[in-house]
Amino acid sequence: MADFIKKIANIDRRYIFILIALTVIIPLLFPIGMPVTETKEVMAVYDYIEKLPQGSAILVAMDYDPAALAEVYPMTLAVFHHAFSRKIKVVGMTLWNTGAALGELAMREAAGDIARVGEDYVYLGYVVGDVNVIMRMGEDISAVYPTDYGGKPLAESPMMKGIKNYKDIALIVDIAAGATPELWVAYAGDMFKKDIAVGCTAVSAVGYYPFLNTKQIIGLIGGMKGAAEYEKLVKSRGTATAGMDSQSIAHILIILLIIIANISYFVMRRKDKLLKKA
Amino acid sequence: MGTVIGVWIAAGLTLCVYSFLYKDNPFYKFAEHLYVGVSVGYTIAITWHQAIVRLIWYPIKSEGNYTVLIPTVIGLLMFSRFIPKYRWLIRYPLAFMIGVSAGASIPRTMRSFVFEQMGATLAPFTTVNAIVIIIGVLVTLIYFYFSFEHKGPVGVVSKVGIMFLMVSFGAGFGYTVMARISLLIGRAYFLLHDWLHIVR
Amino acid sequence: MKLRVPLILCFLCGLLMIVQFFIPHPPFTNMYEKLLDWAIIISIFTIVIGLSSLIKLHYTRIARKTPERPYSVVVFVGMAVMATVGIINGVNGKEFEWLFKNVQVPMQATMFSLLAFFIASAAYRAFRARTLEATLMLVAAIVVMFARVPIGSFLWQHIMPDSVLQWRENLPEDVAGWIFNVPSMAARRAILLGVSLGAVATSLKIMLGIERSYTGSGE
Repeated sequence: MADFIKKIANIDRRYIFILIALTVIIPLLFPIGMPVTETKEVMAVYDYIEKLPQGSAILVAMDYDPAALAEVYPMTLAVFHHAFSRKIKVVGMTLWNTGAALGELAMREAAGDIARVGEDYVYLGYVVGDVNVIMRMGEDISAVYPTDYGGKPLAESPMMKGIKNYKDIALIVDIAAGATPELWVAYAGDMFKKDIAVGCTAVSAVGYYPFLNTKQIIGLIGGMKGAAEYEKLVKSRGTATAGMDSQSIAHILIILLIIIANISYFVMRRKDKLLKKA
Repeated sequence: MGTVIGVWIAAGLTLCVYSFLYKDNPFYKFAEHLYVGVSVGYTIAITWHQAIVRLIWYPIKSEGNYTVLIPTVIGLLMFSRFIPKYRWLIRYPLAFMIGVSAGASIPRTMRSFVFEQMGATLAPFTTVNAIVIIIGVLVTLIYFYFSFEHKGPVGVVSKVGIMFLMVSFGAGFGYTVMARISLLIGRAYFLLHDWLHIVR
Repeated sequence: MKLRVPLILCFLCGLLMIVQFFIPHPPFTNMYEKLLDWAIIISIFTIVIGLSSLIKLHYTRIARKTPERPYSVVVFVGMAVMATVGIINGVNGKEFEWLFKNVQVPMQATMFSLLAFFIASAAYRAFRARTLEATLMLVAAIVVMFARVPIGSFLWQHIMPDSVLQWRENLPEDVAGWIFNVPSMAARRAILLGVSLGAVATSLKIMLGIERSYTGSGE
């Protein structure tokens, strides 16, 4: 028995890799359809955008790279889908250079046939500078972005005629793979008294609860689960919802692995103690 | 046709990277180095169009604004790094940028991350949660104060601080597992849906 | 001159940014906007520093004929193709977008997805309830992993009797929510306070010229 437990504890990690792969692939092939329950943090973002009057403008900062795509891209599409369906104008931009091309892809995909570039949305692209860009946009967006991502002067976009700086923006949504939400909170939210909503990877989400508590951010969409919740709220079935069954089963597997590992640890420890006594 | 070839190339590169799970091999090394090269090339192209053309060339060409040449010249001093005799010139653009960001951060960090957070912690202690929060913040801060030894009452308090930290790190670990599995789900979905078309 | 002027420049730029925070009126706002515009343009050229290190590393590998040199050639070919296509055809051109979508995105996304396997393996090998603190961490992690995915509420609502569900419709979610919003938030707030005060201290040291690492070595 002890030998068996020792073998289990020292199993080749490639068997664990195979198990993880199976728990992800099988639910994708044979979906279970477990319902996604919404959390307060995600509902807060949804409710805020839902209550905005038609014709308002929101700024969506897509501060991520392809590494975080699976988590943040679905929530980006869901937020755009929500805004476009409510006739809310969207100004898109990014502080990450790898987000530049991704932002363009996201806006075009979400816009589809329901939103037109220049009238319903504008994509500004990327400029180096992080904090400097955030602060400067608070005074004049066109000072940092004289043209849109494609090189068209901002003054030629009908939508941007009424949008000069943060005063003309109802909500800033930062969808991030890194620490940019903190920058938006400090340099845009608190400086210009603007409401900030955050979408982020699950890894970073834990760190933003202090800002949720102080209401420095109005809501938080965390990870693929948060994206699935938002997809449910806007009634669109995207890749986040499709992945939730795999997420659930993989988590159960990892919990079982941890429990098995700890049982084997305690059994081996007890055996060693008994041997020492003897 | 371009889309189909693109998906097959993407799938091939994905499998090259996953081959690392068996062991390090030339396919993985090829994909890894290709990724590094393409990422750098991407950065060069984006910087050229989004920054240099947009912020330097466009203001000069369309608005006749030649003042942008002053920061451009200061920025070009970064290249002095390659000439040993004039390497010290790089200090000017660095001093400018670091001075601006240091000065910008001091009052704004104090307001947003210190005063706001402290104010929320000292909220009315009318609920159990509010009491737990203030205790948690204080004991964790005491744990991180290493200027006196963690013995006696301070030792006990800092141990409670460690417990709050462990709960937080455990929650963080749970969410980290979720994040990593999500990334794998994203790639699996691409392979099964976009490449093999066996998932709807 | 070589050291003193940059230090004075750093101090003056920082001072202006601080003064503008407290006096957001002309002439400080005009100077502040100009500083930001200049800082944005200057920071474009920081790409030089990153690029030069990478090029030097791989060029050295090729020049010294190391066994890794074919891969360094791959780096340069990838860099040249992507940069050329992007600069000539534009970053919103079809070719650049095709290369980005089918070459860069899959590789970057897949590299990071490898972590899913390693985190499972690491959790199996290393996550042990050896001490009270480790047990707390383990329990919190398991609660979050169970509750924050659909299976948590699914199992709770299908296993528990109605009387329990009337008391708490979704206890796993409530417990996870409490963990995030109370004890975890308290610890993270303390970390945020400590890190922020440290950052402010470092910024002050930089402005006052006490911290000079950005000036490099030499006169």
